[in-house]
Amino acid sequence: MKFDLKKWIRTGSLKSPWVLHFDCGSCNGCDIETLACLTPVHDVERFGIINVGNPKHADVLLVSGTVNHRNKVVLKNLYDQMAHPKAVIALGACGLNGGIFHDAYNVVGGVDKVIPVDVYVPGCPPKPEAIIDAVVVALGKLKGMLENEDAPGAGEKQADAERDKAANA
Amino acid sequence: MTRSIIPFGPQHPVLPEPLHLKLALEDETVVEAVPALGYVHRGLEGLATRRDYSQMVYVVERVCGICSCIHAMCYCNCIEKLMSIEVPRRAQFLRVIWSELHRAHSHLLWLGLFADSFGFESLFMALWRVRERVMDINEATAGNRVIVSTNIIGGVRRDLSREQMNSILKDIAIMEKELKNLYDTMMNDYSVKKRTVGKGVLSKEQAHALGAAGPTLRGSGWAQDARQLAYEAFDELNFAPVVETDGDCYSRTKVRFREVFQSFDLVRQAIGKIPEGELAAKVKGNPEGEITFRVEQPRGELFYYVRCDGSNFPERVRIRTPTFANIPPLLAILPGAQLADVPVITLTIDPCISCTER
Repeated sequence: MKFDLKKWIRTGSLKSPWVLHFDCGSCNGCDIETLACLTPVHDVERFGIINVGNPKHADVLLVSGTVNHRNKVVLKNLYDQMAHPKAVIALGACGLNGGIFHDAYNVVGGVDKVIPVDVYVPGCPPKPEAIIDAVVVALGKLKGMLENEDAPGAGEKQADAERDKAANA
Repeated sequence: MTRSIIPFGPQHPVLPEPLHLKLALEDETVVEAVPALGYVHRGLEGLATRRDYSQMVYVVERVCGICSCIHAMCYCNCIEKLMSIEVPRRAQFLRVIWSELHRAHSHLLWLGLFADSFGFESLFMALWRVRERVMDINEATAGNRVIVSTNIIGGVRRDLSREQMNSILKDIAIMEKELKNLYDTMMNDYSVKKRTVGKGVLSKEQAHALGAAGPTLRGSGWAQDARQLAYEAFDELNFAPVVETDGDCYSRTKVRFREVFQSFDLVRQAIGKIPEGELAAKVKGNPEGEITFRVEQPRGELFYYVRCDGSNFPERVRIRTPTFANIPPLLAILPGAQLADVPVITLTIDPCISCTER
């Protein structure tokens, strides 16, 4: 039987998604709840979900907090470095639309002002259970993206269109 | 020798937060560290002119999620002093209980991250498992795990029943037993000592001259703790500042570990001495005048300045946070360190970037 590398990678990114976490101006509440997902009580590592530091290794991007004028460049950089297909999760009230800081002078707004977001998790901060659930929902979306990917470049085109839409909004 | 510049952060696996240091290296040795701040700046102090003084409690809670209760306590104290509100004694004890639980979970979180920074992942897991018990107490008593939001101007929002207090005492006893085992592991382990003893030494004179705060200062031999000012119910509770004298990463770790036990002891004392009574005093009118207040946060001394002009909105809220005070000492101890020790040394000041930049 011929070894199908593409199929192998696809199975891997669904069965063992690697997560990149970026704190984008959050108050730490969401960050420590994200870390709490890794620790013995919730322990997502037993399902193969690993928190990685390199965007090139990641399938899912977890963003917590409001976007400000300085870190929006970093956030966009990280997103662009991730390989297709990828899912983005916005954590907490701040990640959704700026939350309590929405009218502060240095706040651009939610994560979707800069990059397309697939899953929104409300809460201040969301509980670890909610974050794990969001990753599961994101994997469903990722699966859909993989199935539609058969047309060459479809995933990239779709993501680019979404990003342009978000940038123009 | 040619210098090379290594960027440390803003997205770095060892820190959950975007701290950015530009490290100038000669070979593997750091010769200079230049911080670049502003990745978490939201302009929170500016919000004071748009939120009225009672809504501002929720804003200051989100200066830093880890020590949210203590920020709110400091801000409420400022407004209460301006309006001459007598906070009920029971509310003061309840504030102490929640704030000391926050300190315990903040230190446990830090100890876990610190263990992770030198690659001791099983110790990280073990410490965070203990910490989950504190989070469960928070959830059971206040309804939220991280931002408990129990402080309001004039007192507290929620009460603790006798059963809840008993279950807190039971949980604390279990946690102390678990932590005693971990204390031996962390403080006597060969590999932990190898990575921490003699690394990043901040001398007693340096610590004072550079204005270090909190465990960073106490780790260098200064017995200074803002809780000695006896705000809230601390006048009735017995404690002495935890002091270590070596000033290296090991002694700062030891200070924090011993402070976890101290916090549990303070919670136990507070539950033993708590009187019956009202939860909150009535608040009428608007505050006027200016005031400063200091409390002890897990990272050190927290300072608030509030000016009100008698309208609904505070005119100015200025927050000076301990991590900001600890950045000059960090820049003083980094030169001379090996690149591999930079994450360990950086973590020993307990960097909280959302506090620093607000």
